[in-house]
Amino acid sequence: MTTITLTETPLLRALLARADDALVLAHRLSEWCGHAPMLEEDLALTNVALDLLGQARMLFSHAAALEGAGRSEDDLAFLREPPQFCNALLLELPNGDFAETIARLFLYSAAMLPWWQAAMRSRDATLAAIAAKAEKEVTYHLRHSGEWLVRLGDGTAESHARAAAALDRLWPYTGELFEPADAALVAQGLVPAPDALRAAWEATIAAVLDAATLTRPRDGWMQSGGRRGVHTEHLGHMLAVMQHLQRAHPGATW
Amino acid sequence: MVAPPEALDAARLRQRALDVAAQVVDPEIPVLSIADLGVLRDARVALDGSVEVDITPTYSGCPAMRMIALQVEMALRRAGFAQVRVREVLSPAWTTDWMSEAGRAKLRDYGIAPPPPRAGRRALFEAEAAPACPRCGSAETAKLSEFGSTACKALWRCTACREPFDAFKCL
Repeated sequence: MTTITLTETPLLRALLARADDALVLAHRLSEWCGHAPMLEEDLALTNVALDLLGQARMLFSHAAALEGAGRSEDDLAFLREPPQFCNALLLELPNGDFAETIARLFLYSAAMLPWWQAAMRSRDATLAAIAAKAEKEVTYHLRHSGEWLVRLGDGTAESHARAAAALDRLWPYTGELFEPADAALVAQGLVPAPDALRAAWEATIAAVLDAATLTRPRDGWMQSGGRRGVHTEHLGHMLAVMQHLQRAHPGATW
Repeated sequence: MVAPPEALDAARLRQRALDVAAQVVDPEIPVLSIADLGVLRDARVALDGSVEVDITPTYSGCPAMRMIALQVEMALRRAGFAQVRVREVLSPAWTTDWMSEAGRAKLRDYGIAPPPPRAGRRALFEAEAAPACPRCGSAETAKLSEFGSTACKALWRCTACREPFDAFKCL
């Protein structure tokens, strides 16, 4: 089995966390291709997936260059085992119904918009450049998912119930988005401190849920582990599909 | 002061490389050259005649970048540059403001509404200004989908002439 072992530094780990977030959610969204409730939405979800995949690629390339071991973005995406992934658990959960897919995209995008905006000021010039692109894309993702959540919440009794159930189900996974980053990296101005961005996230959530006539779930016990490589069973199944080609035919290219 | 002949040559070669690269078109919007689009950033010619061209992606996941890089390389080789390297640069980030006026006019003629200036970038959940129909010019247009046939376009419909059209998104 070809599996790589990275020489990890705190910065590499911090970049991988955001790269894995984007890659895993991109894959989940791509699973909607051909299945969305209407053609326009099929295009929208796959376009969002493409943006996230692009963000993941740039972060992986940067991480690989920092490691300096001659690895590529593909090595990082396709040749790591589930415990080596450090994405938030929220993003690896199966898509669920359309309401759950939209609610997840909304909760994640609302957290990432302030994160990317802060990362634009990173002293890591490459991360700052990636952030300048990603920030504009995530604005579209947040608007799209936010407008959908309003339509679902303020729609029919059925769509309201599904949106409310989706939020309740996903809420215990939102704590992980704000787990503190490595203090030394934050102090050096390299990566944003996620916990400091929580207020911006709360404000977006409050405004959209209010318009959607949905109630913010109460904070309770929060799931954790993804950043340390402790995942749900779903990630392994997802990676089995995503990595199959490179595992079966190592080094295959288009 | 008179520039040494090598410097003149280098400047002329660089301009030639830029002119050649500028002929490459966007594979998804073939009416626009990469110069119109603002994707072509710079070129450098080394003393040994090798050339390095900088291009920048529009969207992070734009699938056309690899093809554009390949076409730039092929065009330069055909023009006699033996050593060609295409570099992808991220900073400063591309925005729709990098698109030239000529590019905007070509887009409109092609049936795609050009992007509004970025200064008009709207607040997160506010209504946006509707683009004029690129076919009949009517301002009576309605958005069908924020995401269209490619990452950089949204799908609109003109309620006057009833034609659907693509609109370049403001980034």
